[in-house]
Amino acid sequence: MRIPYPVLLKRTEDTPKWLPVVTSVGAVLLAFIISGIVLAATGANPFKVYSYLYKASFGSWGAFSDVIVKATPLLLIGLGCSLAFRMRLWNIGAEGQFFVGAFMASAVVMVPLVNLDTTPRWAIISLMAVLGMLGGALFAFVPGILKAKLNINEIITTLMLNYVAVLWNNYWIFGKWSESGFQMTKTFPKSAWLPRLADYAKQVPAFSGMTLHVGILFGLFAAVIVYLIIYRSKWGYKITLIGDNRRAARYAGINITTNTILVFMVSGALAGLAGMTEVSGVVHRLQERISTSYGFSGVIVAWLAKLHPFAVIVVSILFGALLVASREIQPSGISFLIQGITLFLVISSDVLLKYEIKWVRPAQETAQ
Amino acid sequence: MTLPEETITVPAVEMQDIVLRFPGVLANDHVNFTIYPGEIHALLGENGAGKSTLMNVLTGLYKPQSGEIRIHGKKVSFNSPRDAIAHGIGMVHQHFMLVENQTVTENVLIGLDTPRFTLNLKKYDQEISNLAEQFGIHIDPTAKIWQLSVGEQQRVEILKILYRGATILIMDEPTAVLAPQEADELIETLKEMAAQGKSIAFISHKLTEVQHVADKLTVLRRGRATAERMDLKDYTRESLASLMVGREVIFNLHKCEQTAGREVLRLEDVSALNNKNLPALRNVDLALHEGEILGIAGVAGNGQSELVEVITGLRPCAGRIWLEGKDIANKPPSFSIRQGLAHIPEDRIGVGSAPNLSLTSNIIMKRYDQQPVSQKWQLNYVAADSLADGLKTEYDIQAPNVHTHARKLSGGNLQKLILARELSSAPRMVVAMQPTRGLDVGAIESVQQLLLNQREQGCAILLVSEDLDELLSLSDRIAVMYEGQVVGVICSQDFDLTQIGLMMTGTLTQDLPENARVEETPTEGTPSSFDEVLDNLRNYEESAQAAQPGEIEPSSESAEPLEESPQPEPPTPPEEPPLNLTEKERVLRKVLGEKYKQGDEE
Repeated sequence: MRIPYPVLLKRTEDTPKWLPVVTSVGAVLLAFIISGIVLAATGANPFKVYSYLYKASFGSWGAFSDVIVKATPLLLIGLGCSLAFRMRLWNIGAEGQFFVGAFMASAVVMVPLVNLDTTPRWAIISLMAVLGMLGGALFAFVPGILKAKLNINEIITTLMLNYVAVLWNNYWIFGKWSESGFQMTKTFPKSAWLPRLADYAKQVPAFSGMTLHVGILFGLFAAVIVYLIIYRSKWGYKITLIGDNRRAARYAGINITTNTILVFMVSGALAGLAGMTEVSGVVHRLQERISTSYGFSGVIVAWLAKLHPFAVIVVSILFGALLVASREIQPSGISFLIQGITLFLVISSDVLLKYEIKWVRPAQETAQ
Repeated sequence: MTLPEETITVPAVEMQDIVLRFPGVLANDHVNFTIYPGEIHALLGENGAGKSTLMNVLTGLYKPQSGEIRIHGKKVSFNSPRDAIAHGIGMVHQHFMLVENQTVTENVLIGLDTPRFTLNLKKYDQEISNLAEQFGIHIDPTAKIWQLSVGEQQRVEILKILYRGATILIMDEPTAVLAPQEADELIETLKEMAAQGKSIAFISHKLTEVQHVADKLTVLRRGRATAERMDLKDYTRESLASLMVGREVIFNLHKCEQTAGREVLRLEDVSALNNKNLPALRNVDLALHEGEILGIAGVAGNGQSELVEVITGLRPCAGRIWLEGKDIANKPPSFSIRQGLAHIPEDRIGVGSAPNLSLTSNIIMKRYDQQPVSQKWQLNYVAADSLADGLKTEYDIQAPNVHTHARKLSGGNLQKLILARELSSAPRMVVAMQPTRGLDVGAIESVQQLLLNQREQGCAILLVSEDLDELLSLSDRIAVMYEGQVVGVICSQDFDLTQIGLMMTGTLTQDLPENARVEETPTEGTPSSFDEVLDNLRNYEESAQAAQPGEIEPSSESAEPLEESPQPEPPTPPEEPPLNLTEKERVLRKVLGEKYKQGDEE
């Protein structure tokens, strides 16, 4: 059988450093173009839609603050995924780890684990952050140990555990912690809120109404930590080695079992922290819909950033902007359309990185 | 066999002035290549000389920029391998393309248009076995591929091509994977096929073998032919080698005489299972000393890989393994690495290196945790780079810089990288498996010399190789493995190729001390079944243990009685029958599989 168009795919020897950046940016642009065509087909003017999208997310400081708020969980989850993906552990259970993190953070307030009136705010928030991370880590420990000890496919386990986490949360918000029958807990007291810019509106009037909370600092701090882990630490070297060639890593004396579990747990901890920032910084209660599938968007963010922690920052802001914009336009599915097309294109653009594509001209073909 | 008169017969293949350029490389520079029917034409050259490229042009994989191909006098132009097959050209690649869980017949039929829907396998079984018989190929068409040895699998590949009506066969380094006896058998088959008018192109870089097989010879060096259609008898091994590499190759490695020192490694009663959970190592006892190279000979799949994996901690086992006084059996690889165990793995790409990581990352694989590369939790990449840079120069690794990805290195350079990593840490012991396989003459020489240097420095070396010449020239002692057991250990002064070959194929009688057979087995003569072979083996082991209670050190003392036994025993080794017998037994055993083996166990 012959390919109708004579195309030659040749494995490239050298991938220039700039090429991944170009293909990622190109993929995003192409996604906008394709979505534009879809929009045009539905009768809308794509240019108008896009300019409206831009205004809705970057048009004002208030809007930009909302973008950062949306970007925060994406950033944390994207970082966790980047770390796991570097070791070729396909943790797509960030959604579940996010929920368990949110649950554990809420438990501090709802049980309550400390006296909410007397304990200082920083202590409550720290405890919530630690428990949130612990929750995510423990929830990721399950697929981690199954993968490490029994080689059970982590894609299946993490995916399935997402449902477990959602149902576990539902049990508490529908039952035990239900606020007079509504499917949500009571609003947390202020002492369990992450500080927001709006809190300082008295001192700086420009901050009034801005929802930006300190969670983004957690995210930026985590990005630096993950960067140091991957590019500076011995542990990062081990992760990269295991990711590139498991058998070589085992041969070099690296304990794959331990590292698999550890990476899973760190990845889960970051998703759990994202859950904590969301309940403590944004919704201020545990409820059913705290995630607009951040866990899955985080996977896309990690891929689009080519697993580089600093690129994850940029990409999560872009995706945060899409999420904010989706509130403003109808149908709101447009931003998911763009997300989906982007992921599709980014993954396919890998071909450009790995192969040189040559069109074999008919003249060349017949040349003897 | 008689060569056809060249003036009368039309050549089967005539490649003229083939030029093929890859970006930056002139892979074939005006090469001519002609084969007449009934001829075996060897294509000799180092790795990367353009042999495989030239043959891939012939099979339609590449299109030459200029040049002409004539098949049986007709000019052709191939666009795909399919066109080449239609013209009767088939290639047996080094890596087989067979479906493990299907039978020989099913594999031969794969991809053909007939049978269309219903398989009448019985009919095709018969067809294939007739075809095999025609060329003297021994194969059971109903056997499943996984039950076959590598040599038998290769026969299936050959049958696949023959069944498609090929008259021109290209063999890409066919003996690289075979044991000596299997290689001999293959060569017989090839000669038989040539005698029946097939044309065979035989790619190789093994000089001795080419001298055995071929009628004509073409040598390639860096894309150019340095000898074209030459008669082999005009060349000595040395002159062929210099045609190949462009310089005189010294075949005598510098190996100094030295006596082995104290014991470094000792295996006591080690047994292990293979990946299919079948016994692969059975009660192996071995000892290895300072400054000694112990060669492990054996047909592939007789427990050598498992032996290496057990020692390096990659496979669980029963029994004890002492390295420098510490038991390393069932300890993680990191433990034995800390005890000074270096491992040159068989699979350079799959195990020995991380292909998408830099030279530096590959060099520091086993010492990222040591000064100066390690700095508390950090990895000092500057120190790592300079370490890698130093080793790159010292071991002459050809690469643009230390940031080059390992996958871009050629086979020889990758092996040098692995050797640099393993040997630069001043190991107490080196386990090397197939360290020179697939390398070209120049690289082989340097790898072997590096191993000998380690030996001089007092390192203990376990060398597993299927290249008997290599084992003979490097080893101080050779242990022969068959069916997961060490069937004998021979000292260098007693090396005898025929004897080793027979031990490798399980024809053990030569190895049995006379007294053992007289005492333990009432029946004399050649073992007629696998049971008896094993019985003899067990008896031999018992007697060996009885002879040296508690001390199983297979040094010169234990080797000597083995040597004496064959001479006063003339009826034992008649040349042909025992070999055929073992062949049959092996097939039998493979087919019956575990049942047979377990029956033989206690």
